[in-house]
Amino acid sequence: MSTEPLLSVQGLTAHYGPVRVLDDVSLDVPDRGLCAVLGANGAGKTTLLRTLTGLHRATSGRVLLEGEDLTRLPAEKVITRGLAHVPEGGGVIVELTVEENLRLGGLWRSDRRDRTTFDEVMDLFPPLVERRTKSASTLSGGERQMLAIGRALMARPKVLLLDEPSLGLAPLITKQIFTLLRDLRDHTGLTVVLVEQNAAGALSVTDHGFVLNQGRVATEGPSEGLLADDRTRHAYLGF
Amino acid sequence: MSQPTTQRDKRTAAPSGSDRTPPKTPRASSWASMPLPVRHLLLAVLGLVGVTGLLFVTGDLTALRIAAVGYTMLAVAGLQLLVGGSGQVSLGHGAFMMIGAYTMALLVLHQPMLPLAANLGIIVVVSIIAGIAVGAATARLHGPYLAGATLILAVGLPGLTHRYHDLLGGSNGLNIRTAGAPPFLQDLLSTSEWRALVVWTTVVIGLAVLATISSGRLGRRMRAIRDDETAAAMAGVPVGKTKVVAFVIASTAGGLAGGLQAYVLGTVTPSSFTLVLSLTLLAALVLGGIGSLWGALWASIAIVYLQIWAGDLAGAMNLSRDAENNLPIVFFGVVLILVLRFWPLGVHGALQSLRARLRARES
Amino acid sequence: MTHFINLTLNGLASGAAYAALALSLVIIYQATRLVNFAQPALALVAVYAAYTVTQLTGSYWIGFASALIVGMAAGALVERVIIRPIAKTSQLNAIIVTLGLLLVIQGGVGMVWGNEQHGFRYAFSYVGRFSPADTFALVSVGVVALLLFAVYRFTPFGLRMRAAAFHPESARLSGVKVGLMLTAGWGIASFIGALAGMLAGPPFLSPNVFDVVFVFGITAAVVGGLDNPFGAVIGGLLIGLGMSYVSGYLGPELATLSALAIVVIVLSVRPDGILSRPTARKV
Repeated sequence: MSTEPLLSVQGLTAHYGPVRVLDDVSLDVPDRGLCAVLGANGAGKTTLLRTLTGLHRATSGRVLLEGEDLTRLPAEKVITRGLAHVPEGGGVIVELTVEENLRLGGLWRSDRRDRTTFDEVMDLFPPLVERRTKSASTLSGGERQMLAIGRALMARPKVLLLDEPSLGLAPLITKQIFTLLRDLRDHTGLTVVLVEQNAAGALSVTDHGFVLNQGRVATEGPSEGLLADDRTRHAYLGF
Repeated sequence: MSQPTTQRDKRTAAPSGSDRTPPKTPRASSWASMPLPVRHLLLAVLGLVGVTGLLFVTGDLTALRIAAVGYTMLAVAGLQLLVGGSGQVSLGHGAFMMIGAYTMALLVLHQPMLPLAANLGIIVVVSIIAGIAVGAATARLHGPYLAGATLILAVGLPGLTHRYHDLLGGSNGLNIRTAGAPPFLQDLLSTSEWRALVVWTTVVIGLAVLATISSGRLGRRMRAIRDDETAAAMAGVPVGKTKVVAFVIASTAGGLAGGLQAYVLGTVTPSSFTLVLSLTLLAALVLGGIGSLWGALWASIAIVYLQIWAGDLAGAMNLSRDAENNLPIVFFGVVLILVLRFWPLGVHGALQSLRARLRARES
Repeated sequence: MTHFINLTLNGLASGAAYAALALSLVIIYQATRLVNFAQPALALVAVYAAYTVTQLTGSYWIGFASALIVGMAAGALVERVIIRPIAKTSQLNAIIVTLGLLLVIQGGVGMVWGNEQHGFRYAFSYVGRFSPADTFALVSVGVVALLLFAVYRFTPFGLRMRAAAFHPESARLSGVKVGLMLTAGWGIASFIGALAGMLAGPPFLSPNVFDVVFVFGITAAVVGGLDNPFGAVIGGLLIGLGMSYVSGYLGPELATLSALAIVVIVLSVRPDGILSRPTARKV
């Protein structure tokens, strides 16, 4: 691990109305890291991602990417700094075609006419190639998740945040997607942060895990360690 | 001005007032034990006594304005039941006023022997029928669709006066003459005062009925539909029927108000019932506060007196006739936008929250 | 038979204006889920601006251009200053605010230009069966509709507009400035609304000249489905034809009320319009 973290969250606090959903959350993600954020329903995982990418306003605390402060940036600017977010369910726009969804992801880039990123992303997801001109509404759940990840990759991000990519998918597809994320990290150097309910699956592919409980980081450590620690598993992860 | 007396009784009659904790004095508890319709009727009588008193201390011109506040208030209160109660936005309220007004004019012209009370009764029946027709046709429409359909009604209905020119008088409309005070009161009351009294008698009865409805089962059903139509339907509220009934009640109040207007002004023209009238009623309602019957009083005073003040202002500033006529319209538009932007509960809501804040500081 | 053909041709020409107005309503509805009752008022400002510019410069076409520009600017301004803060609160509030805007603008136009009628010329001669003015109406609306389709369908800007309208959050996460897209949508819609006004306004302008046009425009939008731009154009032409026949055979006073009947019947059968995709009920 390098000394300087790529993504650094420092004392992040966020509210929904009067309810404090994130309470002084601090975590560091190293460059080329593959991390899981785990926790029960309502632990604040989704809010953490939404606050990181500016969809939700932080009450206090800072979000740094390569030392640059992103805390007050709106979501449409955060992506241009290299922090991509695949929301829960993928956020695929079903009224657009597969290709339009993908192109949308790279539209803000000045080199958007360059086809290389598009071709690279297409190579990652063979099922999408034949559906290129079809409406995204015709895709299966797994294909939608692929499309969502592909759209995020079109922005050539430094860090990819994913909110429950396994939600509603068959175990086999989930495994495929997890493996894909690992390959992406290994081959392109992408840093990945994975929010998951499916703790066992997520810990088996990631190298580091954070466990959120009631808006706080309850514990963190190498994924194998968390998997082996019965106390953590029983207290927070439920398996 | 008519606020002090009427304000007090309307506040208690308003649905929002019913959650107030009853004082512990014996008289108040016997008041609370009375059935709601009786309470509303007593308050109505009280309001009428107040208006009568007011008529004696003011002049003839003010009497006409008091009458105007009266029928406008009835129209706004009907719209309130619809918009505030069941959450339906109707832009066709002016159309129902037109139906009432023309019914009154036709009855006076063609059946001059009928007493006024019978005319008002017939207007109620006609308005109910019209309300059922439009309400049933639009019952399945929601939100922008209902607003759009009723807007078409408001724009289209005045055209009928040209279609049936001989009967309805085209753009010149109809002029009627109605009797003044009965002989034994003629020394006591001028014609305008008598008319104001007739208007307010009808209005307070109408308001008592509206207040009773909105605090009863129907009112609760309507509010359930306003808050969440699907949830209300699942809880067993007959959504379609309730919406139609709300629409019919509102149209009846509008029709009656139109009839009273024709009675007071002695003239009906299609140009008095344009889309702008419906929009103004809605604007005034929002200004007064959508949730409470009590806000209807503010609204109607605003409508009547803004017209007058705009005239005075235009006169003082040497503005043209066009400016004078359009000033109240612009004002209501601005009010509508500003109130919703900064004060979504209307003036009445703002006053209530102010009162709550003051009370919180006291304790 | 000649009567019928004349009515058909007239209906198509006036239908072009209704189609343009319906299109402007649909663009805003798609982007904001809001029926913009102030659309005729925005068109009113644009057309009165054209009237004044034409008077000053003596050129109809400079006036025409300024109508489109004023309309576009007014629409964008209204979205930014008035609609955006309100739209978050509730749909009812947003509808009422557009009605307030309608009152303000109609009254304001009356104060500035007066309530009496002003003569206002057509773009071209309106004499004869299917006159040059009629042709211009159909062609201009057709060109604008095609252009709009091409921009939305084939340009990056159009892709951003659609993404922002269909799924604002995903659009933002993809770097689309959704707020800017909304403003642009209102600008484009009001540009087309101003075109409708320039076609439907003549021969006389008065502050409520567009009340009836708006009735037909909203009927067309409802018939076509509020979120279907193609439906709006087709609905506009159909309503133009229908109203022309009603006016010709039954009398012009009945046109608005028959529009009401059409709206009610269409919505009773298909609550989201004839050409609209059925959508799941939100609970």
